[in-house]
Amino acid sequence: MLNLLKIIGRIGLLVTILPAVLFLFDWMTLDAVKLCMILGTVIWLVIAPVVQKLNKEAV
Amino acid sequence: MTEVTESSKAQASEFEREPVPNSELKGASKFWGMYAGEHCAGTEFVIGPLFLLNGVSLGNIFLGLLLGNLLAVLSWRFLCAPIATKARLTLYYHLEKIAGDKLVILYNLANGILFCFLAGAMITVSATAVGIPFDMPMPTASSLLPNSLSFVLIVFAVGAVIAIVAAKGYETVANFANIAAPWMILVFAACGIIAFAQLEVSNWTALKELWANSITFAQEGQTETRMGFWSVVFFGWFCNAAMHVGMSDLSVFRFAKKESYGWATAAGMYVGHYMAWIAAAFMLAAQIKLQQSADPVPGPIAYNIAGLAGIICVIIAGWTTANPTIYRAGLAFQAIMPKISRFKVTLVTGFIATFAGMFPAIAMKLLDFVGLYGTILAPIGAIIVFDWYFHRKGDPSNLHGAQPASSFSIPVLLAWLIPVGIAIILMRTTDISAWYFPLPTWIGCGLLYLAFTRNSFANS
Repeated sequence: MLNLLKIIGRIGLLVTILPAVLFLFDWMTLDAVKLCMILGTVIWLVIAPVVQKLNKEAV
Repeated sequence: MTEVTESSKAQASEFEREPVPNSELKGASKFWGMYAGEHCAGTEFVIGPLFLLNGVSLGNIFLGLLLGNLLAVLSWRFLCAPIATKARLTLYYHLEKIAGDKLVILYNLANGILFCFLAGAMITVSATAVGIPFDMPMPTASSLLPNSLSFVLIVFAVGAVIAIVAAKGYETVANFANIAAPWMILVFAACGIIAFAQLEVSNWTALKELWANSITFAQEGQTETRMGFWSVVFFGWFCNAAMHVGMSDLSVFRFAKKESYGWATAAGMYVGHYMAWIAAAFMLAAQIKLQQSADPVPGPIAYNIAGLAGIICVIIAGWTTANPTIYRAGLAFQAIMPKISRFKVTLVTGFIATFAGMFPAIAMKLLDFVGLYGTILAPIGAIIVFDWYFHRKGDPSNLHGAQPASSFSIPVLLAWLIPVGIAIILMRTTDISAWYFPLPTWIGCGLLYLAFTRNSFANS
């Protein structure tokens, strides 16, 4: 479970940065980039606190 | 800019009046992570654009910051970390042993007041993002006073939340700051990449030309620069002067196993004070190109580049850094008034910072304020460095058992105030920029301290 959440969290980070790189090469529109960035933001900000909590419990 | 992380704060409440024992020392990864996160703050959104507004050439930004940040890292590595890992005391207790507890109170007062202004700038930054959905009239580069009632109300609301949260406790926000740090770094990077793409330049020459045009637009037709290469170097070096040469980070590195952990500050400098500043500068250049507006207001700039994620980043970056800054200022004031509860002192401190945040001048003149901040606080670090190497001979046992000659050391006070006083007079009467003063005041303070205390140490 913890590992799965960690992977989802990292996908959130990837979704935050990768669209900007795609925009740089003209492979994505700015509106789509903004949408992806907020999606990545929500994923990370929701998942990361849970991972932090589970990590503390595991310790 | 910088703030206290969860770990450093939690640590600061331990071993305040004794050397950190070996069993409590931390590994290198803690320091790399901490510095990478804490130097990606809300104020980075302001500092980058201010370089453009001051007419700094692109080459000077890239090379000047490269050198300035290197000098900052070397200051941490070779001045702060070696003393911290040998003495293993907080700045305050170390200073108390040299200058007496009452002089530490004076230092705390200066520290607390300056922290309030810094937190105020961070509240202003957050408010510019919160105000977007409310159509709040944004302050401009030349705004000194509050420009609308809605700006005042939103700053008050943001500041009140930050003050109450800071007064209630530190842990939750500190935990959240740690969670947000990697995401914030990526949002800064993404914003920089998007802004660069929007500039639509295909080579260095075109970028330089566009940059020069942006400067001309931002300076309303003027092409002169206020900041040359050395200005950028000195600003990059001394914007955290209070932390490295000012020895404030003794409190952090006293937990380091080795002095080589001082290199970890490179993560903060080259992520926060290089990548993030350059990204933020590109964001303003893109705004100038697309909207013909040179107002360095973080909320709208980030919103235009990254949409809602940009707004959230500005709010969180401002909030997570204002919060510990207010907490730190509250602790500094509480040391002066120990009978009043930390809750009340922090709350009042938060509202003072909020009041300061209502004046956009502090955020818009952040480069000068940061220079002043370093000029006032950093010289205290010179007293610690000169005392350590000349009087204690680098031996912690000469410090740990020592008692100050008095509870309020006049030689230390004079060594601090004379160069700082001269620097402030020069700042007000000449055109010399504030970021040039921390170095001479630091050296002057150290030499005066040696001169004033030479006889007393020779006799002892």
